[in-house]
Amino acid sequence: MLKVENLVKTFFKGTVNEKVALNGINLTLNTGDFVTVIGGNGAGKSTLLNSIAGVFPIDEGRLIIDDIDVTKMAEHKRAAYIGRVFQDPMRGTAGNMQIEENMILALRRGKSLGLKWAFVDKEKEYFKEQLASLGLGLEDRLSARMGLLSGGQRQSITLLMATMIRPKLLLLDEHTAALDPKTAANVLYLTNKIVTEQNLTTLMITHNMRDALRYGNRLIMMDNGRIIFDVSGEEKAKMTVADLLDCFETAEGGLSDRMMLGHE
Amino acid sequence: MSDLITATLAQGLLWSMLAIGVFITFRVLDVADLTVEGSFPLGAAISATLLTIGVNPIISILVAGIGGMIAGTVTGFIHTKLKIPALLAGILTMIALYSINLHIMGKANISLLRIDTIYSLVTDLGFSNTWSLFVVGLLLAITICLKLVYFFGTEIGAALRATGDNPQMIRAQGVNTDAMIVLGLLISNGFVAVSGALIAQGNGFADVGMGVGTIVIGLASVIIGEVLFGTRSFINSLISVILGSIVYRIVIAVVLFLGMPPNDLKLFTAILVAMALSLPSLKAKWQSR
Repeated sequence: MLKVENLVKTFFKGTVNEKVALNGINLTLNTGDFVTVIGGNGAGKSTLLNSIAGVFPIDEGRLIIDDIDVTKMAEHKRAAYIGRVFQDPMRGTAGNMQIEENMILALRRGKSLGLKWAFVDKEKEYFKEQLASLGLGLEDRLSARMGLLSGGQRQSITLLMATMIRPKLLLLDEHTAALDPKTAANVLYLTNKIVTEQNLTTLMITHNMRDALRYGNRLIMMDNGRIIFDVSGEEKAKMTVADLLDCFETAEGGLSDRMMLGHE
Repeated sequence: MSDLITATLAQGLLWSMLAIGVFITFRVLDVADLTVEGSFPLGAAISATLLTIGVNPIISILVAGIGGMIAGTVTGFIHTKLKIPALLAGILTMIALYSINLHIMGKANISLLRIDTIYSLVTDLGFSNTWSLFVVGLLLAITICLKLVYFFGTEIGAALRATGDNPQMIRAQGVNTDAMIVLGLLISNGFVAVSGALIAQGNGFADVGMGVGTIVIGLASVIIGEVLFGTRSFINSLISVILGSIVYRIVIAVVLFLGMPPNDLKLFTAILVAMALSLPSLKAKWQSR
């Protein structure tokens, strides 16, 4: 479903601040793979997701989504294949617009927009059903401004919006990191439900090693712009946090404090 | 006296096209677009020049609107394709338009005395001069308000609003934000140029310098309207802006009546806008004490 070939990305090239963020990434995801991504600060996790999403051009390599070469495709064109949820809950939704308006736009992801009236009664019912599935009581608040909702509510809706039109690839960039533990657990539960029910091909960055082990069928560990560890299936299911920590010993970048805390 | 009130309301309505243009860039797109200062006199220049060669007043206003749209598109391209910050892109177009406006008019000032304008079409129906301005302004304000409420409720309109609200989010939904910014600037400057054409026809002249300070007048109208009449919904905001433009004209009429020299008007407006814009942060500062 996703093929990343020899991906290289350097920031601030030719300056003293030059930083090789991705140093030859090769990664192939099969349809339905739910991959958790862990790694220390500056390991290149977010850069990898942003490269795939097309936020910036890459220096070398190829990106292929479902046999479509997207390497040179603009971010908004790639969006037709990709659903995204960001770390900051404010970034995934338009805060000054209504919940319904946000969902209307999400339901048209990758489609060409026209001068049709955007509010359709039939869709409204569908949005209500979708919101009800979150179990947050948001189904009666379609006309509320997104900005009035809590971070967890916004992140849950962003997740819905990213998956309402089935994406070929779902990118989750530490989407629970900014939430309190209880809300984070809820959003993760919801994520797992949606991903497994719809059999979505997913890349999920997390700083929590237990979550990385608990969810998904495959785990990759990144360090210094490379994938240093890649485990899946039975082998992953048997891994413990202690095993992961052992792996990290070999990593140059080492562990971030956040990951150590997440280990509690 | 009642004539003065009608005239003030009429001025407010005619200038509200400018305020709507500024609202679209400043509030919807979240861009401060200085193209306005060039597209306003551009509308006046195009309309006045066409009138002097005998073109129908309504057609002259439509052509003026198209001229404004082109100006907005130029700013949009400078900003999105050449990656020049929006503020500077607007300034560049504004400066360029100064020369272009002189070329269109062939001189710095065109008088429209004894030339039929859109208002003569209304006075022919039996309205007085002042009332004709009011009627034209009111009809246009209502029509444009309805059209804009429809437009911003369409798929493209919603995407345009989202572009100003959260560009990252709407790109992730597959919308080309650059195209939306160009579209917003195009629509905005179209309205601004129409306003310029209406004011030129109302005042009886077009002048190459008539754009100076229009951005501040537009901002004043937007902010006064929002503070006094609210921003609960899009239609509410839009009506607020039109009413804001009228209130601004009333304020100006009152201070002039109270004896303020007309030369100080722009200073007065600038201080008014500076105060209104700083109000939210000052309020927060006081409250945190």
